[in-house]
Amino acid sequence: MTEIATDQAAPSARRQSKDRLRRRHAAERRFRLYGMIAVAVALLFLAGLFAAIFSIAYTALGQTEIALEIHFDGALIDPDGTRNGDVLARADYGALVKDGLGTLFPEVKGRRDRRALRKLLSVGATFELRDMLLADQSLIGGRRTLWLPASDDVDMYAKGLVAGGADNGGRINAKQAVWLDLLRSQGQLEQRFNWRFFLSGDSREPELAGILGAAVGSLLTLAICLALAFPLGVMTAVYLQEFAPRNRWTDLIEVNINNLAAVPSIVFGLLGLAVLLGFAGMPRSAPLVGGIVLALMTLPTVIIAGRAALQAVPPSIRDAAFGIGASPMQVVAHHVLPLAMPGVLTGTIIGMARALGETAPLLMIGMVAFIVDVPLGPTDPATVLPVQVYLWADAPERAFAERTAAAIVVLLAFLVVMNFAAVLLRRRFEQRW
Amino acid sequence: MSAIAMRNQEAAPADIKMRAAGVDVSYGDKQALFAVNVAIETNTVTALIGPSGCGKSTFLRCLNRMNDVIEGCRVSGQITLDGVDVHDRAIDVVELRARVGMVFQKPNPFPKSVYENVAYGPRIHGLANSRAELDDIVHSSLRRAGLIDEVRDRLDEPGTGLSGGQQQRLCIARAIAVEPEVILMDEPCSALDPIATAKVEELIDDLRERYTIVIVTHSMQQAARVSQRTAFFHLGEVVEQGETGQIFTKPVDERTQAYITGRIG
Repeated sequence: MTEIATDQAAPSARRQSKDRLRRRHAAERRFRLYGMIAVAVALLFLAGLFAAIFSIAYTALGQTEIALEIHFDGALIDPDGTRNGDVLARADYGALVKDGLGTLFPEVKGRRDRRALRKLLSVGATFELRDMLLADQSLIGGRRTLWLPASDDVDMYAKGLVAGGADNGGRINAKQAVWLDLLRSQGQLEQRFNWRFFLSGDSREPELAGILGAAVGSLLTLAICLALAFPLGVMTAVYLQEFAPRNRWTDLIEVNINNLAAVPSIVFGLLGLAVLLGFAGMPRSAPLVGGIVLALMTLPTVIIAGRAALQAVPPSIRDAAFGIGASPMQVVAHHVLPLAMPGVLTGTIIGMARALGETAPLLMIGMVAFIVDVPLGPTDPATVLPVQVYLWADAPERAFAERTAAAIVVLLAFLVVMNFAAVLLRRRFEQRW
Repeated sequence: MSAIAMRNQEAAPADIKMRAAGVDVSYGDKQALFAVNVAIETNTVTALIGPSGCGKSTFLRCLNRMNDVIEGCRVSGQITLDGVDVHDRAIDVVELRARVGMVFQKPNPFPKSVYENVAYGPRIHGLANSRAELDDIVHSSLRRAGLIDEVRDRLDEPGTGLSGGQQQRLCIARAIAVEPEVILMDEPCSALDPIATAKVEELIDDLRERYTIVIVTHSMQQAARVSQRTAFFHLGEVVEQGETGQIFTKPVDERTQAYITGRIG
């Protein structure tokens, strides 16, 4: 009886186990598929984001410029022939531009038309003439054909980003459109590399506005943030993880550090405003203050990541070092910390990346101000890249749209460079077990 | 004096390198060792045997105060090295561990080169005044650990790239590089294959001439092969100790008898 029963049971049992195996394989395949779909969707979003930003930003690489013959008329610039710097700096360079345009379009008469003609060029053209002359006084009396920046409206029109040429209230009227077409046909209107965007600070005029001020501001702020957050964070992590006794106080500290990591960043800004600006009397809009505030914000991230990295170092390494008589400090400095370094650096870079993109706390301490000059030190007024993006995104001029996108690209480039540096550092510290 | 105490033969005081007297150890609320008395003779291999969780390793870690770094571990009683209490203020724990080295259950070389692994101890203790002296120490330590022929051309390669048995001998070389007086070994062969085990056992026998060795082992054959004295631990107490031959052939206590014949463990 029993033998017959098992004979009958065996094939069905085998079938069952085969079914089960098939279901397990199917589940495995499904699981992998879900994973791949998730990755694909994430990549798609990323690609979409990049495409959107770059497609707007790339036009900011070029700037429309107009070639104009300028007569550096000594009688206009320096009638008394003093060659004094102050006199030269105060001269009316706008008149030189006006004269240049006048010789190019002698037929244009009437105040309104002349004003429309004058508006083809950026107000920055006069500053560039002044700087050029101050650098080289021998230009006085001579004639020079120069590429001068067109105004933002002309720039947008020339790039085909806005319509114009009709007298329907557009930024470029019909006459201006005719002049521009004439200039273009004579080869006197061109897209040239927009070096102003990379080499100057902010400006009300989009064609003169540059990212350098904000980039240097970000660099100074991050440098201060790193200089404070990294050593303080690592020392705190090492002390709490390796040396501190476990008691109510260290528990309290630990809970508070974890809470700090979750505090909204604007609260750190308020703290900076109240304590650093209000109480300590530090300068407004300064990278120094921004760096301190961001360091406060970054510290918990560095500490938590650092402790996790220290904890991940196998205890056998500590045993080995203690076992041959290393002091606790030598155990940490020679063995545990170097092994934890890749993890510590990862945490630091995550914190720094967050600090780089932070706007809210910096608004509180005045880094949102309109600042034209490129900061030269940590106490000079400055702004940072994300704040610059925010400011330009808010500006009404059409030409700021592409510059906003370009500023975002610069911000992303900063991030990429930082991450790349982190990867290099990690590789340098990584050791095989 | 009871019969058992009499049978717990101890050697003459002059030959005693380390002695534990009335050592209690507890982890938090749980007591792991109860009034342990063990004497460790100079230039002798002492084996600590007993079932898992009986406190052998805990006791071993007391001898060079490795338990200091364990949270919530309390040690009381007296442990002496050459007659001086290791908990005495006069003894610095760093110096103690230089005199009482340790080899662990799992080979744990530093993730550095073979050379650096051995050189680290002498370097932090300032045992070498020049690179040449350091080279000497590294080479002689590797030679005494029986490893030099296998790693002579691989001194700059990572110690973690060696085989398990070589790694364990590297750890032994690292321990003897600081010229300790006592070497504690915590189941040094439990992660090794029989061939590597045989090499390490042979090495232990050679090392006995210069060092006092205390070895924790699960293998009674190993205890019988390498040790001259044996202490049997059971549930946190030392049940019996004495000459290895005597413990294995004529155990006095019933529990020792039961363990070595495989009835408990």
